[in-house]
Amino acid sequence: MPTTDQTLEEILSLAASHFKVPREKLSADDDFFKTLGIDSLQTLDLLTRLEHHFQIELPDYDLQGVSDFRTLANRIQARL
Amino acid sequence: MNHFQGDSLSWDLKDGVIELALHRAPCNELGSLTLDEFEKFANALKNLAPEAHALIIYSTLPSGFCAGADLRELYHRSQQMAKDEAIKGVREFLERTHRVLNAIDAAPLTTIAAVHGVAFGGGFELALVCDLIIADKMARFCFPELRLGLIPGFGGIPRLKRDLGNSVVRDLLLTGRSFNATKMQSVGLVSQVVAEGEVLKLARVTAAQIGKFDRHTASAAKQFIKPIPYEELRREIDIFCELFTRPSVEAGLRKFTESTDAQPYLP
Repeated sequence: MPTTDQTLEEILSLAASHFKVPREKLSADDDFFKTLGIDSLQTLDLLTRLEHHFQIELPDYDLQGVSDFRTLANRIQARL
Repeated sequence: MNHFQGDSLSWDLKDGVIELALHRAPCNELGSLTLDEFEKFANALKNLAPEAHALIIYSTLPSGFCAGADLRELYHRSQQMAKDEAIKGVREFLERTHRVLNAIDAAPLTTIAAVHGVAFGGGFELALVCDLIIADKMARFCFPELRLGLIPGFGGIPRLKRDLGNSVVRDLLLTGRSFNATKMQSVGLVSQVVAEGEVLKLARVTAAQIGKFDRHTASAAKQFIKPIPYEELRREIDIFCELFTRPSVEAGLRKFTESTDAQPYLP
């Protein structure tokens, strides 16, 4: 099973690739809404990509109040 | 009327397939303008259906299939009138919407919802009236109504109960969480999950297959297979209207309408 740091790196890489942001511009404690400039529909798109990538279900209520990549990684890790 | 170009939707009948395209920005929210045009479609369907073997409903907007009822219009209109008038207006809107959706549900041809992006609330209900749902792998389905202090009002609960096991219905409604297309296929609701951007193409392939069969036989089979829960649909309208009187609903709608949150659909 991957470590949380590995999971975090996968999230950052996936987000950078999909939203066409240089990977080096993203860091663990960034507010992903602001850094990626995404709206609610794009957030759902990211959620679906994360579910497919990690082969998990990620209920949106589990992401309530989550806005940084590190916390997102912790939430995903709990479902691996 | 084989062709119609409206502001919210358009349709075209060609080679035995009716294609109903939704195209009201930002995400085909179902408000009064869209309902007016849907009523035109439901009336036209009586004459179109004998010439067709399939109906495909899809969205031309990148944002998705349909994000549900136009909550902003609902909130603003309800604020402009006395409570009794607002409830009466809501009931009328629901009854009109039910008539349209029931007409599509009962149509004597095979209906396909080609879903990409979001099918939330009323958008999910629109997909549910179709015989088949074909979904883009990035599609998501959700009934967020409990987050607003409401239940689905366009027939979602009776149709979910028709199609799914009760535990899945409870999960969808009582948590208000969204399910991706793969999950929806695993529980038996989505017929096919297809690559991003391919859903309309593959809906057309399915419609072509359907066109090989005798229409009368297919229509008779559909009527036998697919009951329409008219009594429960009427009961759903009653429950919705009772709930709409609660102060928490006004607060929920105001919060949604005024929100600049990136996730306004979460409580």
